[in-house]
Amino acid sequence: MKTAGSGNRLAVLLPYRPAPARMSVRIGPLPAAILCFCAIMAASTAWAQAGPTMLSPLQVIVKWSPLLLRGFVFNIAISLLAMLLGTVAGLGLGLALLSESRLLAAVSWLITQFFRNAPWLVLLFFVMFLVPFQVTLFKTTIPLPDWIKATVGFALPVMANVAEVVRGAVRSIPSTQWEAAESLSFTRRQTMWLIMLPQCIKRMLPPWMNIYALVAMSTVLASIVGVSEMLTLTAQVHAAEGGRPELFAPLYGFALLCFFLYCYPINLWTARLERRFRVR
Amino acid sequence: MAATWTPDQPIVQCVDVRKSFGALEVLKGISLSVRKGEVICIIGPSGSGKSTLIRCINALQPISSGSIQIEGIEVSDPRLDKLALRRKVGMVFQQYNLFPHKTALQNVMMAPIHVLGQKRPEVEARARALLAKVRLAGKEDTYPGELSGGQQQRVAIARSLAMRPDIMLFDEVTAALDPETVKEVLVTIRELAEDGMTCLLVTHEMNFAREVADHVYFTDRGVIVEHGPPETLFTAATDERTQRFLSQVL
Ligand SMILES: Nc1ncnc2c1ncn2[C@@H]1O[C@H](COP(=O)(O)OP(=O)(O)O)[C@@H](O)[C@H]1O
Ligand SMILES: [Mg+2]
Repeated sequence: MKTAGSGNRLAVLLPYRPAPARMSVRIGPLPAAILCFCAIMAASTAWAQAGPTMLSPLQVIVKWSPLLLRGFVFNIAISLLAMLLGTVAGLGLGLALLSESRLLAAVSWLITQFFRNAPWLVLLFFVMFLVPFQVTLFKTTIPLPDWIKATVGFALPVMANVAEVVRGAVRSIPSTQWEAAESLSFTRRQTMWLIMLPQCIKRMLPPWMNIYALVAMSTVLASIVGVSEMLTLTAQVHAAEGGRPELFAPLYGFALLCFFLYCYPINLWTARLERRFRVR
Repeated sequence: MAATWTPDQPIVQCVDVRKSFGALEVLKGISLSVRKGEVICIIGPSGSGKSTLIRCINALQPISSGSIQIEGIEVSDPRLDKLALRRKVGMVFQQYNLFPHKTALQNVMMAPIHVLGQKRPEVEARARALLAKVRLAGKEDTYPGELSGGQQQRVAIARSLAMRPDIMLFDEVTAALDPETVKEVLVTIRELAEDGMTCLLVTHEMNFAREVADHVYFTDRGVIVEHGPPETLFTAATDERTQRFLSQVL
């Protein structure tokens, strides 16, 4: 468990700007793959000196990869679900931020700022320990497994960041569009849904995908609260293999590689979309 | 009030309209009226409050004092149904303000469908006819970004007309256009006027005002300095400010 702690780079999102700063560090896919390969090789060398009775690191990975990959799929599922929940809630919160009602706008501003500026891990802890393990609704007891709670924990910062993206995108549309809609007798709600949001989708897409890549990487935080996602399973596999030090780098390198291969294309695509929308 | 209005009374009646932005008084007692079928032009140097007046008539901005009535409905009434008012009043802007994510045809169809709740096939037929009328047949499926300024402005005119307004407001609709395309837009407005549409235009096109307007108002720094039929105003202006302005622009 302690090893997982070193992975707690808390993801912090920058505020939305029409042309958001890229926040991911660019490592080419090739150098990264080489890095992982080297880690595995180095460990293999260490194993070669250890003795022939034990499995090589590569064999260990192959042996456990179905389990580890299942864990990874779980990470992806959590991230997708958190993104879905967070996006729906964030859209609502973003519209509340833009509300004409001062009170509603102020309250939603507070909520947004709170969840945007809280470390994701702290939010996760709060949800894990404040939400009961089951709820009883109309006499039916619905269990709330840890992974659901973790998903909600990730959805909260997603919500706040999506809200900010929505607000920024709608604000960046010239006020003359509002006037044109107003002079054609569109209601405020119609203007928002028929005219503003459809125009915003393009500019919202890159920052939204950026948020997703961060969520995907942050799902490993769930290992700290005991969800059996990939990092938890990696630690268990390591322990099951006797906790041999030379297995450490290959096993965690495998996890790194999985996340890298998943997130890098997303970031690449985001950057492409950003460039394309900027010239328009 | 609305019940007492009859079509022989002015469609727009402004009485002593005042409008301030903070300490800056932009409209200092404007009175004018527009009757059904009339074409009224407002001319004057920039900054004299012409756009502000137009926007007040459409309730896009509240007035500070005075009265504006559209078909007998008081615009400054706090209980005013702004949406109902704006359905009677079409507005065309200097910067066209088309919806960039919709095609020309969709731009024209949107408001009748979503605001008036009219049937799509009926609206589409009318929208196509309107685009043909403003000489844009064949451009139905083109997005605003791919149209010239003059074409965009004509789509904007068709978009307003699709709501079947009783009066059209034009705020310097040719000011952002290339000289070559100004004409095509003016021709469209002229045809509209000839069809009997009531028009209130802010314009810098003096020849257009002279040929098409029934009545011309010259404004300067928030007041109407002088007004009259174009033949009188353009040839025999009595006020020195009007004379100076006309000598600059004619
Ligand atoms: N929303 C506003 N807030 C403050 N001042 C404004 C606003 N709109 C217009 N003004 C001021 O009112 C004056 C008249 O503007 P405008 O009606 O646009 O004149 P015109 O259309 O005749 O050029 C200008 O001095 C302008 O700066
Ligand atoms: Mg103006």
